[in-house]
Amino acid sequence: MTVYWLCFILFLTGLYGVLTRRNLIKIAISLSVMEFSSFLFLALIGYIDGGVAPIVDMADPVKTYVDPLPQAMVLTAIVIGLATTAMLMAVIIRIYRKYGTFDIREIKNLRG
Amino acid sequence: MNPLIPLLVAIPLAGAFLTMILGRFFTGIPRYMALATLLSLAFISFWLLIDGGGASSVYTVGGWEPVNGVPIGLYLVHDGFSALVLCIISLIGLLSVIYSFSYIARYTYENYFYALFCLMIAGMNGVVLAGDIFNIFVFLEIAAISSYALVAFGVEKNELEATLKYQVLGAVASFLILFAISFIYWSVKTLNMADIRIAFSEGNNGSHYILIQILILTGFGLKAAIIPFHAWLPDAHSSAPSPISAMLSGVLIKAVGIYVIIRLFFNMFETTEGMAILITTLGALSMAVGVFLAIGQWDIKRLLAYHSISQMGYVIMSVGIGMILTARGIRSEVAALAITGGIFHMLNHAAFKGLLFLNAGAIEYSVGTRDLRKMGGLAGSMPFTSATSFAASLSISGIPPFNGFFSKLMIIVAAVMGRFYLLAALAAIVSIITLASFMKFQRYAFYNTDPGTIKNAVREVPLPMLLSMITLAVVCLLLSLLALPGISDTVLSPATDILMDQMKYSSQITGM
Repeated sequence: MTVYWLCFILFLTGLYGVLTRRNLIKIAISLSVMEFSSFLFLALIGYIDGGVAPIVDMADPVKTYVDPLPQAMVLTAIVIGLATTAMLMAVIIRIYRKYGTFDIREIKNLRG
Repeated sequence: MNPLIPLLVAIPLAGAFLTMILGRFFTGIPRYMALATLLSLAFISFWLLIDGGGASSVYTVGGWEPVNGVPIGLYLVHDGFSALVLCIISLIGLLSVIYSFSYIARYTYENYFYALFCLMIAGMNGVVLAGDIFNIFVFLEIAAISSYALVAFGVEKNELEATLKYQVLGAVASFLILFAISFIYWSVKTLNMADIRIAFSEGNNGSHYILIQILILTGFGLKAAIIPFHAWLPDAHSSAPSPISAMLSGVLIKAVGIYVIIRLFFNMFETTEGMAILITTLGALSMAVGVFLAIGQWDIKRLLAYHSISQMGYVIMSVGIGMILTARGIRSEVAALAITGGIFHMLNHAAFKGLLFLNAGAIEYSVGTRDLRKMGGLAGSMPFTSATSFAASLSISGIPPFNGFFSKLMIIVAAVMGRFYLLAALAAIVSIITLASFMKFQRYAFYNTDPGTIKNAVREVPLPMLLSMITLAVVCLLLSLLALPGISDTVLSPATDILMDQMKYSSQITGM
């Protein structure tokens, strides 16, 4: 059970970072931390104590295997996360060129 | 097993990549490829709507049939409800592409624009068709990432700031949705929505059940911008290029937000009264707060964006009323009326809000400003824009014979018949404030004799832009025909049936 709580704490750490940091790069890093906590959770729910990799061995087919589906899901999610992070970084670099700062308090053209 | 169903995702995906590659070598091609993609999509989706007659049809990708009644593999499900949403996606998409012919010519990298546009359409079609919850997440991210890029297409200060807000909140929403999917998989060991419903109804709903529902509601609520989660919407929708604003406001928040919320809470979760009351409250709140935030705006597109929040509140509230009555198990004919009203208003909103954003884009194109105080007297110089935006304004404020009147009437009648008198009164009051706000828009932009600070002569916009605006205005009028009993029974009722009938969705897919 402890691992699940640690995973939740990792999520909250990321959320805290997103909410309190002023630097855009740090916000992006916090988002990545949140992202990885959800990947970790996905990987954890497929894990079975004493399970082996789900490759069926014809000589001895009855074994305890870990659940392969969350692993496939986590791979897909990592690829999506990479695209999101790359897109966010590209936008942050553009913002730096236009505003000359990473400070989120200085970036407030849009109000109301 | 209809072979046309996967084409709805495959055609725009292929269109996006071909546009990107061929656009590098032939500069004139991208717009026509996007047009061809959207035309074929419109044809397929309307054909499926007419041909299907509201019956569900399931496509199993790769031909993986269910084993012992347990679905494995990927399912694409086309039923009465998704058919309607697919039609509005391709119709508004097609008209936005035609509009972009003139509008996007001012920007550089036209091929990227059309490629991202097709990718966004592929994502939305995928979300609407997907039969399992993880694919909803994947297609949602495809639609979201391409819309982040499209919002920032102008790469000026405002666009970048708006896309940053949109992206950070969108990313948080995605992780919440991913957590919800993990919890669902943990508790029922399946991802297929129909199968999840069966597992939940077999009593597999412990304390985590509420947590999953809250995570799903928060995640998709952020995508749909219902009121506590609305912060990104006015910025993103007002900074994007106008055809994209029309797509975002008219289609994207419905396809990836409202549609998924309705689908999951009716067909995947068992409707519980507590959650239904929460959804209704959020809807009523967005309806009221959205319109009050809108009325003080001077930027046309921000005003329209806040009205999107308010109008989506109508849809959520109306569907929520239906959900409360379904959960209580009483007065199912009123529940059906409420849900039909909600879905009808969703279709209508796509037409008139798409049109209003195209009008705002036309004004910006000709006049060069979006500030209502700096313009005036455009009715004479831009007659077609003025006439179509007048039609759309009457539509959104609920004046007959335009479509908005009939859907709002259905919602208010359903609320009164379900004895939610307060919500009915609120809906009527919000409608009046909407009318006031659009009278302000009409007066300051078109019927003001003071020309404002406009120096040079204002001309009407080019033909492609006029064509899509006039078509949408006609669509606004034609959609009111859906209120007629005969047409409503064949078009709207299948959508309501699939949501109302508790186990119909699941039993059709698992074949049990």
